[in-house]
Amino acid sequence: MNFIKTIVAAGLVAATTTTAFAADITGAGSTFIFPVLSKWADAYKKETGNGVNYQSIGSGAGIKQIQAKTVTFGATDAPLKVDQLQKDGFAQWPMIMGGIVPVVNIEGVKAGELVLDGPTLADIFVGKITKWDDAAIKKLNPSAKLPSDAISVVHRADGSGTTFNFTNYLSKASADWKSKVGEGTAVEWPVGVGAKGNEGVAGNIAQTKNSIGYVEYAYAKQNKLTYTKMVNKAGKTVDPTNESFQAAASNADWTSAPGYYLILTDQPGDKSWPIVATTFVLMHKEAADKAASQEALKFFKFAFDKGAKSAEELDYIPMPSNVVKLIEKTWSADIKS
Amino acid sequence: MAVESNVIDAAGPYDRAKALSAFKLGDVTFYWITRLSAISVLLILGGIIVSLIIGAVPAMKEYGFAFLWTQRWAPSADPPVLGALGPMYGTLVTSFIAMLIAIPVGLGIAIFLTELCPQWLRRPIGMAIELLAGIPSIIYGMWGFFVLGPFLANTFQPFMIKIFDGVPVLGAIFAGPPSYLSLFNAALILAIMVLPFITSISVDVFKTVPPVLKEAAYGVGCTTWEVVRSVVIPYTRVGVIGGVMLALGRALGETMAVTFIIGNSFRISSSIFAPGTTISAAIASEFAESDGLHQSGLILLGLLLFVLTFFVLAAARLMLMRLEKKAGN
Repeated sequence: MNFIKTIVAAGLVAATTTTAFAADITGAGSTFIFPVLSKWADAYKKETGNGVNYQSIGSGAGIKQIQAKTVTFGATDAPLKVDQLQKDGFAQWPMIMGGIVPVVNIEGVKAGELVLDGPTLADIFVGKITKWDDAAIKKLNPSAKLPSDAISVVHRADGSGTTFNFTNYLSKASADWKSKVGEGTAVEWPVGVGAKGNEGVAGNIAQTKNSIGYVEYAYAKQNKLTYTKMVNKAGKTVDPTNESFQAAASNADWTSAPGYYLILTDQPGDKSWPIVATTFVLMHKEAADKAASQEALKFFKFAFDKGAKSAEELDYIPMPSNVVKLIEKTWSADIKS
Repeated sequence: MAVESNVIDAAGPYDRAKALSAFKLGDVTFYWITRLSAISVLLILGGIIVSLIIGAVPAMKEYGFAFLWTQRWAPSADPPVLGALGPMYGTLVTSFIAMLIAIPVGLGIAIFLTELCPQWLRRPIGMAIELLAGIPSIIYGMWGFFVLGPFLANTFQPFMIKIFDGVPVLGAIFAGPPSYLSLFNAALILAIMVLPFITSISVDVFKTVPPVLKEAAYGVGCTTWEVVRSVVIPYTRVGVIGGVMLALGRALGETMAVTFIIGNSFRISSSIFAPGTTISAAIASEFAESDGLHQSGLILLGLLLFVLTFFVLAAARLMLMRLEKKAGN
């Protein structure tokens, strides 16, 4: 098994590696963080001359790579639990956030017009609600003209952190979902078709009438998809905006979450968007190559200090400054130089 | 002639034993190089099988033979429940439909090209077929997604659903609702993708039929159809079936194009207009984010595809052997 893992990992690395210099920082994992990470890396290279070599091979593979010590840092969309962190000797912290939004394609319904809540969303994805003019949807949208057509559900076919966060939210919102499907990067979808990647889901929704799916906010915005509003934990209807994503992050209680194990779905607060995803960075507390490890921390500090603007340009949500302070404390306490 | 004798003269006294041993050395080297090349195939194949088996052991222990007939695929359940029935069904159904379409069309093109086609049309059609083989599979996938899928869902599928509504068996096979992403779309794309394999191999073997055989048949008053049926096809049967098998192998294993348009659903539906998945599509989608038992289950799926392909090809060989025996050669 390990033999195969090594071969696969080596193959993936070989396939994605371009040029690696000795002084470069290496990382692997989450595809979610990739666009902003490459932008940070560009800026960092200009400022310091040091490159960051990041392979976006998926969170699971990223965890395997950092476990195998083939990279300086790993990035994952689902945080590792504390006992797992201790077992592997990892330090973990949140690096960047982003919103996940339900998107629909219904004739006559414009972006931000339709309102959904967690239980209704779960009922649609579990196959209990099959028509757009279902009583539960009508109740949330008394004035909307909804067709009596069957709902086509679109989900991710590939394992993904987006799916992990989305199904985590549905599990929190609906007991039925939790018992029948649960949460994970790949789950047993009761209905619907699977598309590959955010772009696949976005493409499918754009093409299929009466469909519903979920994508990262940036994809919904760039593809001009019809996103919905959501009713949050506080019972308030919110729009997917940078403010509502940020509200979820700052209302979350990071200080009392050991190892920053916190999933930003269904967070309290009047303004909080209910489905926010976080990408976490993993590093060895005692790295074999301490110089590389210190260099990586310098890069992350640079990203926190100067990368917020470029993150926002890409529709990511930077970590709030109080959380960043907390993370920097973790670095000096946990990571041995 | 003059040159040759000069060379021999220049070589002086002629040592026969030395020359022969030099030949022998060359021969032995050649023999071993070719032999090692052939053996390396077996070694590589063996290595692949062994690594697949090692990777699949945890899933084999956990699920046993029930893996083959379990329909549920729930990697996030605790513990994960994994069954191969959905992807196996999808693999076999899409390949079957693809062959159902591609064999007659492919053979038809080949027969037209070799027996009926005017000379000036041969090259364009031949090149078009070769070009079909050169298109990357991702392009087929995208075309299926943006062009073929909508056409099928909006035009072809509603028509078929209406025609067969209420007919036993066929009604269930062509049941709605129409969908952009379905087993049928994937099968149709596969059919187009494997067409060049069948056609170009058939064209090549049809060309090997000795003209005198065909002329003799025409001479006794056979029609073109009779010549093709009774002379060309029987003469080239082995080659044609070889091409079909190559195509089937491709259809069973094709990944990228299928992932795009099959809908990636592990549920089994009686309708071919419903979404499904294939073994290779399932592995390609889920492998990167999988670990533990889930990953082992995916590797076991890979092993299964290996075995499935082996059995299909072996069955084809067996069929071929029986055909040959019956034909008496």
